Amino acid sequence: MVPTSFYLILSALLFVIGVAGVALRRNVLIIFMSVEMMLNSVNLTFAALANHFMKLDGQVFVLIAMTVAAAEVAVGLAIVMEVIRHRDTTNIDDVNLLKG
Amino acid sequence: MFLFIIFGAISIAAALGVILSRKPVYSALFLLLNFAALAAFYIMLQAQFLAAVQVIVYAGAIVVLFLFVVMLVGGGEIRDVTGLRPAGAREPSWTRIAALVLAVILVAGLGYGIITGALSAAQGSVETFGQGSVQAIGQALYTTYLFPFELTSVLLLVGIIGAVVLARKEQ
Amino acid sequence: MLNYAWLMLVFPALGALVIALFGTRLGHRAISWLAPGMVLLSFGVAVWMFVTMLGLPVEERSHEVVLWSWITTGTFHVDVALLLDQLSITMALVVTGIGFLIHVYSTGYMHDDPRYPRFFTYMNLFILMMLTLVLANNYLLLYVGWEGVGLASYLLIGFWFEKPSAANAGKKAFIVNRIGDFGLVLAIFFIWTSLGTLRFSEVLTAAPARLATTGIATTITMLLLLAATGKSAQLPLFVWLPDAMEGPTPVSALIHAATMVTAGVYMIARSHILFALAPTSAAWVAWIGAITALFAATIALTQTDLKRILAYSTISQLGYMFLAVGVGAYASGIFHLVTHAFFKALLFLAAGSVMHALAGEINIRKMGNLRAKMPVTYWTFLIGAAALAGIPLLSGFFSKDEILWFAWQKSPLLWLVGAVTAACTAVYAFRAVFVPFWGKERDHKLFHHAHESPASMTLPLILLAAGALLAGYLGLPRQSAIEGWLEPVFAAGSGALATATPAVAGGFMRWVLLAVSALIALGGLAVAYWAFVRNTDVPRQVRESLGWAFTLAEKKYFVDDAYNALVGYIWDFGGWLARTIDQRGIDGAVNGVAGITGWAGGQIRRLQTGLLGLYALSILFGAVALVVWFVIK
Repeated sequence: MVPTSFYLILSALLFVIGVAGVALRRNVLIIFMSVEMMLNSVNLTFAALANHFMKLDGQVFVLIAMTVAAAEVAVGLAIVMEVIRHRDTTNIDDVNLLKG
Repeated sequence: MFLFIIFGAISIAAALGVILSRKPVYSALFLLLNFAALAAFYIMLQAQFLAAVQVIVYAGAIVVLFLFVVMLVGGGEIRDVTGLRPAGAREPSWTRIAALVLAVILVAGLGYGIITGALSAAQGSVETFGQGSVQAIGQALYTTYLFPFELTSVLLLVGIIGAVVLARKEQ
Repeated sequence: MLNYAWLMLVFPALGALVIALFGTRLGHRAISWLAPGMVLLSFGVAVWMFVTMLGLPVEERSHEVVLWSWITTGTFHVDVALLLDQLSITMALVVTGIGFLIHVYSTGYMHDDPRYPRFFTYMNLFILMMLTLVLANNYLLLYVGWEGVGLASYLLIGFWFEKPSAANAGKKAFIVNRIGDFGLVLAIFFIWTSLGTLRFSEVLTAAPARLATTGIATTITMLLLLAATGKSAQLPLFVWLPDAMEGPTPVSALIHAATMVTAGVYMIARSHILFALAPTSAAWVAWIGAITALFAATIALTQTDLKRILAYSTISQLGYMFLAVGVGAYASGIFHLVTHAFFKALLFLAAGSVMHALAGEINIRKMGNLRAKMPVTYWTFLIGAAALAGIPLLSGFFSKDEILWFAWQKSPLLWLVGAVTAACTAVYAFRAVFVPFWGKERDHKLFHHAHESPASMTLPLILLAAGALLAGYLGLPRQSAIEGWLEPVFAAGSGALATATPAVAGGFMRWVLLAVSALIALGGLAVAYWAFVRNTDVPRQVRESLGWAFTLAEKKYFVDDAYNALVGYIWDFGGWLARTIDQRGIDGAVNGVAGITGWAGGQIRRLQTGLLGLYALSILFGAVALVVWFVIK
C-alpha cells in the first residue's frame, strides 16, 4: 500500500508548481491554469485523507470543490476574455490600471 | 506502488509542462494530462465516483473551456518564454527570486508538517465506508450534506448568469 | 443737604445721553442751550454744596454720600460713593465752572461743524467722568473716572478723525496714558493687599499704622507717580500733550489745560498720606516736576505754533504743581491748579478766537498787529499771559510764588530750577503776546479777513480774565484763604506723623523771594518787549548764536523721536517674532504634518503597482508567513 504521506507530498509538490506558475508566468491564461492546478492538488489531498481516515466527508468536499471550480472557471474566463479583448494583450503586466 | 510512481511522474511532468510551455495551447494540453493522472490517483484512492467526475468536469469541461479561450484569443507565441526574463521588465526583478524562495519554503514547511504529523487532524469514528461508490456518495450527499448540495446548485446558477451577462454584447 | 451731591453727576450724564440719542433731531439751537445748561446746573449744585459746607464747622466738612454698594465679594467691598470735602468741592467747582464757560464758548467756536451734536455728547461725557474722578471716595471709583476722562480725551482729540494727524494724536494720547494707568492699577492692587481697603478715609487712618515700617509705601507711591506722569504729562510720559493740540481748541482748553491733566496732581494730593510715608517718592515727584517744568519751558521758547506754545506751557505749569505736592505743599499745589485753570483756559480760548478769525492759521510768524482788529481777544489774552508769567498782583503771581517759597524751604536748588523756569515762562508768555498782536501784520490777506469773535466766544473770555485777575486773592500771603480752606484735608494725615509740613508764613526770606519772583516776571516782560517789539532781529541772532542748543530745544530734545524709534524697534521685533512663530513654527508644524502624511502615503503607494503578479505574490507571501507562524507555534 502506498502510504498516505506520499500522496500528500505529491499534492504539495503540485501545489507548489501551481504557485510557481502563478508567480512567474505573465500570460493570464496560464496563470489561470496554474490556479486550477492548485485547486486540483488540494482535491487530491482531501481524497487521500478521506481514504486514510476511512470517512466519506473528504470525498464530498472534493465534489463540492469541483463544482465551485467549474463555476469559477466559467465566470473567470468570461472576465479574462473581456479584459484581453479590451486591452488587446494577454500580458497581465499591461493590466495595470489599478496603478496608484 | 508502481502505479503510483508512474502516475506521479506523469502528473509532475505535466504540471511543469503547464507552467513552462511556450504556447498556451501546449499548457492547456499539459493541464489535461495532469487532470487525467489525477483521475487515476482517485481510483487508486478508492474514490471511483470522484475519478469519473474529475474526467467529466475537469478534463471534459474546464480544459475545453480553456482551449476555447486560447483559440479565440490567440494562443500563439508568447513573447516572454519562461517568465524568468520578461520582455519589457515592468515587474521588479527581485520578485522572481522571491517567488522561488517562497515556494521552497512552502514545500519545506508543508513537508515537515506532514511528516511529523503536525498537520494531522483528529481521528474520527470509522463509518461504514462504501468504498467511494456511487451509492455511498449519493447517500452521503442527500442526507448529511443535503444543504451544501443545494447551495452548490445555487452557485452554479449564479455562475451561469454571470457568464451570460459577461459574454453579452453591449447594446 | 450734602446728600444731594449726586445731582452734580446726573446733569452731565443726562445731557450726554440725550444728545447722544437725539442730537441730530434736536438741532443746533437746542443743543447749544442743553449742553452748557447741564454743566451750569452741575455748577449750581457744586456752589450749593460749597455754601453748605461753609456753614458747617470745620470737622464736619468732610462728608461721604454712598450711592450704592458696588462690589461685595468676600472681604473686598467697594461702593459707588462720593466724598465731599474741601478738596473735592474745590475741584468740582473748577471743573463745572470753567467747564460751563468753555461749553458756552464752544457753541460759537464749533458752530459750523457738521458733527456738532457729537461734540457736546463727548464734552458732557467728559464733565461726568471728571466729576466722578474728583468726587470719588475710593480708588476704584477714581480709576473709573480716570479711565473715563482718558476715553473722552481720546474721542475729543481725534474728533476730526478724517485728519490722520488727529487720529494718530488720539491714539498716542490714549496709549501713553495707558502706560500710566497700568501703574495706577498696580498701585490699587498694592493698596488693597497692604491695607485691605480702597476708601480714602480708611486709607488715611490705616496707612500710618500699617505702612510705616515696610517699603510698600514707596512702591505704591512710585506707581502712583507713574500714573500721574501719564495723565498730567510729565517726564517721561508727556509726549501726548503737544500732539493733542490736533483737537478742537475748546477741548485743549478744557481737558488739556484746566481739568483732565490736573487729575494727576489731584490724585497725588488725595494720596498725601502715602507720600508722607514715602519721602523718597515725594522727592521724585518734586524733582520730576521741577525738571519737566524747565524742560518744557525751554521748548516753549522755540515753538512757532501758538497752541504748541501753550501746550508746553501747560506741561511746565503742571511741573510746578508737581513740585508743590512733592515738597508737601499740597494746598499750594491745588491753589496753583485753580489759578492755572483760569488763565490757561483763557489763553487757549483766546488762541482759539485768533484761529477762528484767521481761518485756522496757527503759526505766529504769520500773524501780526492783531490787537488792532481783535481788541477783546487781545486784552484777555494779555491778562492771561501776564498771569502765566507771574506779573505781580495777578493770580499766577501769588500761586507761583507760594510754590517757590515752599520749594526754597525744601531745597534751594529746587527753587533755582523753578526760578529759571519762571524766567523762561515770562519770556515765552510775552513772546506769545507781542508776536501775534503787536508790530506790523506779516500776512496781509489773513490780516484783512481777521475779525473779532462773536459774543458766545468773547464773553467767556472776559469772565475768565476776571478770574485770572482776581483768583489770586484767594491766596494772599499771611491770610491764605484757600490754604486755610484746604488745610484740614491735609492736616488729618500729617498730624499723625512726625513730619512737619512746610511753614506757611515766614519772615524776611519770604519777602525777599517774593521780590525776586516779581523781578523775574517783570524782567521777562522787558526782555520779551526788547526782543520781539523793539529789536526784532534779536531772536534770529539768539537762535544763531545758540546753534545746536536751540535746535535741541526746538526739536523737543528728540524725545518723540526716541520714543518712535523705540516703539519702532519693539514693533519690528514683535512682527518678526510673530511672523517667525507663525510661518516657521505653526505653519511648519501643520505643513509638516501634511508633508509627512503625503510622504508616507507616497511610500505606501508604491505597493499599488497595478501589476497582478505583484498582488499574487503578496498573497503568497502572506500565506507563507501564516504557515511558518503556525509551524513555529
